[in-house]
Amino acid sequence: MSEKVPCAILGSGNIGTDLMYKLQRSETLEPRAVIGIDPDSDGLKRAAAAGLDTSAEGVDWIVAHPEECRFVFEATSAGAHRANAPKIEAAGLQSIDLTPAKMGPGVVPVVNLEQHIDAADVNMITCGGQATIPMVAAVSQVTPVPYAEIVATIASLSAGPGTRESIDAFTRTTAKGLEEIGGAERGKAIIILNPADPPLMMRDTVFCQISPDADRDAIRASIEAMREKVATYVPGYRLRGEPQFEDDRVAIFVEVEGAADYLPAYAGNLDIMTAAAVAVGEALAKLRAPSGAVA
Amino acid sequence: MPAVTLVDSTLRDGSHAKRHQLSVEQVSTVAAALDRAGVDVIEVSHGDGLGGASFNYGFALTDEYELIEAAVKAVERARIAVLLLPGIGVKEDLARARDLGASVTRIATHSTEADVSPSHIAFARELGYKTCGFLMMAHMNSPEGLLEQAKIMEAAGAETVYVTDSAGALLPDTVKARVEALRGGLEPGTEVGFHGHENLSLSIANSVAAVETGATYIDGCTCGLGAGAGNAPTEVLTAVFEKLGIDVNAETFPMLDVAEEVVRPIMDRPQVVDRASLILGYAGVYSSFLLHAERAAERFDVSTKDILVEVGKRKAVGGQEDLIIEIAAELGKVPA
Repeated sequence: MSEKVPCAILGSGNIGTDLMYKLQRSETLEPRAVIGIDPDSDGLKRAAAAGLDTSAEGVDWIVAHPEECRFVFEATSAGAHRANAPKIEAAGLQSIDLTPAKMGPGVVPVVNLEQHIDAADVNMITCGGQATIPMVAAVSQVTPVPYAEIVATIASLSAGPGTRESIDAFTRTTAKGLEEIGGAERGKAIIILNPADPPLMMRDTVFCQISPDADRDAIRASIEAMREKVATYVPGYRLRGEPQFEDDRVAIFVEVEGAADYLPAYAGNLDIMTAAAVAVGEALAKLRAPSGAVA
Repeated sequence: MPAVTLVDSTLRDGSHAKRHQLSVEQVSTVAAALDRAGVDVIEVSHGDGLGGASFNYGFALTDEYELIEAAVKAVERARIAVLLLPGIGVKEDLARARDLGASVTRIATHSTEADVSPSHIAFARELGYKTCGFLMMAHMNSPEGLLEQAKIMEAAGAETVYVTDSAGALLPDTVKARVEALRGGLEPGTEVGFHGHENLSLSIANSVAAVETGATYIDGCTCGLGAGAGNAPTEVLTAVFEKLGIDVNAETFPMLDVAEEVVRPIMDRPQVVDRASLILGYAGVYSSFLLHAERAAERFDVSTKDILVEVGKRKAVGGQEDLIIEIAAELGKVPA
């Protein structure tokens, strides 16, 4: 077994902390540092307790310690990543961006990652995108999808201020991902926040327009194969019931239960982002030729 | 200025009851007739707001912007309103409707989720819209909780904030408590609105209760044409307000003619409180789920009532129409 690839987490909030716990289980990646801006944050305390380097100096610490991190997981905000990205790239490091900054190409681990191995910055799109693009891809691999539409319902408690302030960005970015990565000619995304208590699991309904003559058995098989692939990195990724075919469409019902590493289990929307980001990091570590930075 | 501004949503909430199949001609005719009868504001959009045309909510017969344009051209005095639910429609939709001449907008969120609306409200104000916040499923938040949400919309620039009884689940006393909370807690210059549904046969009584406690924007739909058992019929609101001495611009006899001669002929079926629509109010389910549930009930051979009761149990909020197919498919599996 070769040495693990070092990586750092920029951002010590909920996402960064959940990422840390997932990365600690990785057989490919080794989290070395969690970098925040608030020395008193729970995330930095937990990282220090876990034996990782911590700093409240932000991106400057990363730039000063390139040997600690071949990959930088950006779990701050879009604005922060726009400022940080050039510094990270100049230091010869690669960003895996969980913010909506969209500096680099959007990636879904099981769908298009191999096309972007060499990108200096890859973006994790949106939680709704990570949950639904694989299903659109599963259908479009079998039959043309002129139009795909997804409805993501997430628990209110798991929608942070960033998502709430930029809800248009969520719908637009997700819709674009359905087209560019999922393979639909046209995409539409809808997001619903549900405040029920106890909180609901993340649910996503994926509608694909298909020919009424499309091979339904082949579509079912492709959906199931894709579910299995996604479940390798998001164990709580499930289908609720059978795909429902009607005339010119199929409806696929997805539920995402989180692994509850740091975030609660209902927050499948956040879990799928961190889990997919780890999967991207692991795949990139394997796919890219080892660099001199790897000890 | 009238004591109450009447907003007629036949061409928006009624879009649900028409399965989004309104034509340009129908919209032009209805808008012109409502304008002549003195209605202040006429709302035109997909039932689920701008951008609502979808598999989930139903595609529309006619592009909603064509309908908005037709309504703007058809009226002389009335202002044309559009609805937008952040998460379904986006800011560009507001800009496009404004360019076509819409001048009032309602930015709608679930009654606990107002903090998805500030950027849309602020943008609508920049565009010069008269801007209303629309707190849907108002029965799912307490009066105090609703006030907190209303303040978020007010701070973002909303000039009117609505208590929106999307499920037709409120009773006159629970309407009063919510309207009083908003009236007492918002700035004096911010108006309070009420949007009622007929699922418990209380839309008119609830609208009167709202006015008595300080609401100055009241929604109706002519002949009640709207989601679920329908909305407060605008012609009844006009007649009742006249009898109560509440000043409105719309006139009773002309409104009766619009209802009877213009809107009733385009209705697919009468608006009635039947078993399914009563369940909406009783169980607190979003009114526009009705026709989706009826369709799913037929497809999976289950009862509409059972679907709606289950939707209620799962605490669905507006917009979760996708849950209906999933529930119907599940119920359909259970042996009879």
